[in-house]
Amino acid sequence: MESTIRYNENVVRQFALATVVWGVVGMGVGVLIAAQLIWPALNFDVPWLSYGRLRPLHTNAVIFAFGGSALFATSYWVVQRTCQTSLFLPRLASFTFWGWQTVIVLAAITLPLGITMSKEYAELEWPIALLIAVVWVSYAIVFFGTIVKRNVKHIYVANWFFGAFILTVAVLHIVNNLVIPVSLTKSYPIYAGAVDAMVQWWYGHNAVGFFLTAGFLGMMYYFIPKQVNRPIYSYRLSIVHFWALISIYMWAGPHHLQYTALPEWAQSLGMVFSLILLAPSWGGMINGIMTLSGAWHKLRTDPILKFLVVSLSFYGMATFEGPMMSIRTVNALSHYTDWTIGHVHAGALGWVAFISFGAIYALIPKLYGRESMHSIKAIELHFWISTIGVVLYIAAMWIAGVMQGLMWRAVNEDGTLTYTFIESLVATYPYYMVRLLGGILFFAGMLLMAWNVWMTTRAVKEEVPKPAAAQEA
Amino acid sequence: MSSFWSWYITILSLANILACVWLIRWTEKKRPGESAAHETTGHSWDGLEEYNKPMPRWWLWLFYISIVFGLIYLALYPGLGSFKGLLGWSQYSAWAEEVESVEERVAPIFSRYAEMPIPELAEHEEAMRTGRRLFGNNCAVCHGADGGGRIGFPNIANNSWQWGGEPEEIRQSILEGRRGNMPALGGALGDDGVEEVAAYVMTLEGRDAPEDLVSQGQERFETQCAACHGPDGTGRQQLGAPDLTDGYWTYGGTLEAIKTSIREGRQGEMPAQEELLGEDRVHLLAAYVYSLSAHERDNEEEEPDSDE
Repeated sequence: MESTIRYNENVVRQFALATVVWGVVGMGVGVLIAAQLIWPALNFDVPWLSYGRLRPLHTNAVIFAFGGSALFATSYWVVQRTCQTSLFLPRLASFTFWGWQTVIVLAAITLPLGITMSKEYAELEWPIALLIAVVWVSYAIVFFGTIVKRNVKHIYVANWFFGAFILTVAVLHIVNNLVIPVSLTKSYPIYAGAVDAMVQWWYGHNAVGFFLTAGFLGMMYYFIPKQVNRPIYSYRLSIVHFWALISIYMWAGPHHLQYTALPEWAQSLGMVFSLILLAPSWGGMINGIMTLSGAWHKLRTDPILKFLVVSLSFYGMATFEGPMMSIRTVNALSHYTDWTIGHVHAGALGWVAFISFGAIYALIPKLYGRESMHSIKAIELHFWISTIGVVLYIAAMWIAGVMQGLMWRAVNEDGTLTYTFIESLVATYPYYMVRLLGGILFFAGMLLMAWNVWMTTRAVKEEVPKPAAAQEA
Repeated sequence: MSSFWSWYITILSLANILACVWLIRWTEKKRPGESAAHETTGHSWDGLEEYNKPMPRWWLWLFYISIVFGLIYLALYPGLGSFKGLLGWSQYSAWAEEVESVEERVAPIFSRYAEMPIPELAEHEEAMRTGRRLFGNNCAVCHGADGGGRIGFPNIANNSWQWGGEPEEIRQSILEGRRGNMPALGGALGDDGVEEVAAYVMTLEGRDAPEDLVSQGQERFETQCAACHGPDGTGRQQLGAPDLTDGYWTYGGTLEAIKTSIREGRQGEMPAQEELLGEDRVHLLAAYVYSLSAHERDNEEEEPDSDE
């Protein structure tokens, strides 16, 4: 039966390749802006290359272009395989690819031009936001349509996570983008003041929770058991951590607004729910890592599995760090410092990028009918240089962040602040250098992956005519 | 918050937390006919299966402990609707208390300094160390860490003063702020007029300019500008009208910058610091600012006519 299903692999191939392309672009911009923080002259006095405009380009490119394409690719692959059916409305699926790429290109044009809503991770102005909404609703129709026409009775756990991710991101995006346009390139939110801040961070934190966590957990729940060829550790654990995760996450946003004009009750709820979120978050890590029990030896030889499993350790670390940082007194030290940047990158590089690398390395050979990637050694090398890169990055930002927090709050006998802001900045430079080095290593790994994917897909094109010729002869 | 919304959010918050407890208990239950822990659930998707293992004990404990901690926190701190929490903690009162306790400790230091005349205080080393930190965290963002200023933000480390450089004048500038207003004269002068006045202004500082423009410019200057900047262009500090002859330009001294100043005017504002820092700290800051230009002031006193 399985062999007779014609899975739609074209759109998966497109999104898989887009993942690699946008990974190179997004991380490249990241390296540039990390360097700009040390040598501001690197903006060459060109407004389009200034830090303030390139930074949202970097975040949009890595989260929505790189991460988003990886999620589209894997969810389309996983939902077809685990439902034993082809994609619902394949042409609409194709539209999601071209629509999403259009959004990315528009972002790459408008953000350097300074056209922005000024909402973090939701910078894109209303015409683009509208296109995102259309693409996203189409994505939901394709995904849930495929679930509805499935040929198996139960819905696999990976699809719960993908489903929650798609549904919630639609709600988050639409509610946070309710604006009144005043021109084609400018609009104002319908919310004001603290309400606007609350809506923004309800969106912002749940973008982390549902885009960067739930979506990638869906990826994890397919590619880890597939790669180790073992059953998932515990069905019960997956039920509890799924429902607890998605319900608790919804409340965590206000921890971005501790000690602000946001009412104190909302701040407290943000902190309490963030702390309760620790166990549900770790449920996914446990279920993934314990799936390896009895197959640990495979880690030694399979660099794809290394990516997948190490991503879970970074996930566990970041989801421990997050609740801790939401505690009022810890937040008083960590907020507005580079610690936050370190925390985000522990999640973004260590978890999101690593699990995507693993999944894409596993997918590409299957999508192009190859036994394996062109070079396993190159995957191994990619794994090690990016691991060193992430560790340098987050260690530098931890130290820098704690140092900044301590310097900013240091007070003299006479009640004056011991340090000026500029002194804390000067003290941060060495750590910015280490961060840049970490970023360069991570970017180098991404380039290596692009080469490896290129060689793998190119080999197919060269080989294809040969068997055909042999048959005729 | 109305009592409806207070109850609404309280019930919703607690219900979500308690629902997690129920979820754990419900999922833990053994069901008749289910597979053993070492077996899979019997479902298979694309070759993927799941064990029916129980949830790890330590993980459940972690979950329960975080829930208990959360409930205790919500009892102690403001979190459930309009309930203020048993500790009565608030970020506002916590901040006010901290400010008050620091103020109590340090106020005597500043009031002691406030009794000293500014020129004397400017030579008090320890006071100037404190002044430097106050300056670094309150003034440097506009005037620069060394007081050297930048375009639009006056240099206060030289001896060219828009509003006066006497100790009391500096103190006044910091305490109550200053608002400078150079009116836009582009409309009144026309393009040619702006060109001519700019040329004349250049010569006030001793620079060269085409003579025909200068003579026209001088006439216009006397009618349009002299009221504030004085007939000789040396300015009037009571009005905040800068000296145009001393070679220092707050908004830049290039011909283009001067023309822009005349054509479009300039509006500058030094914000008042009285409410933010209080009189005693402002007194110390005035002494610090006074000390920044001590070097230039001394030079000028020694060689009053160094230009000639």
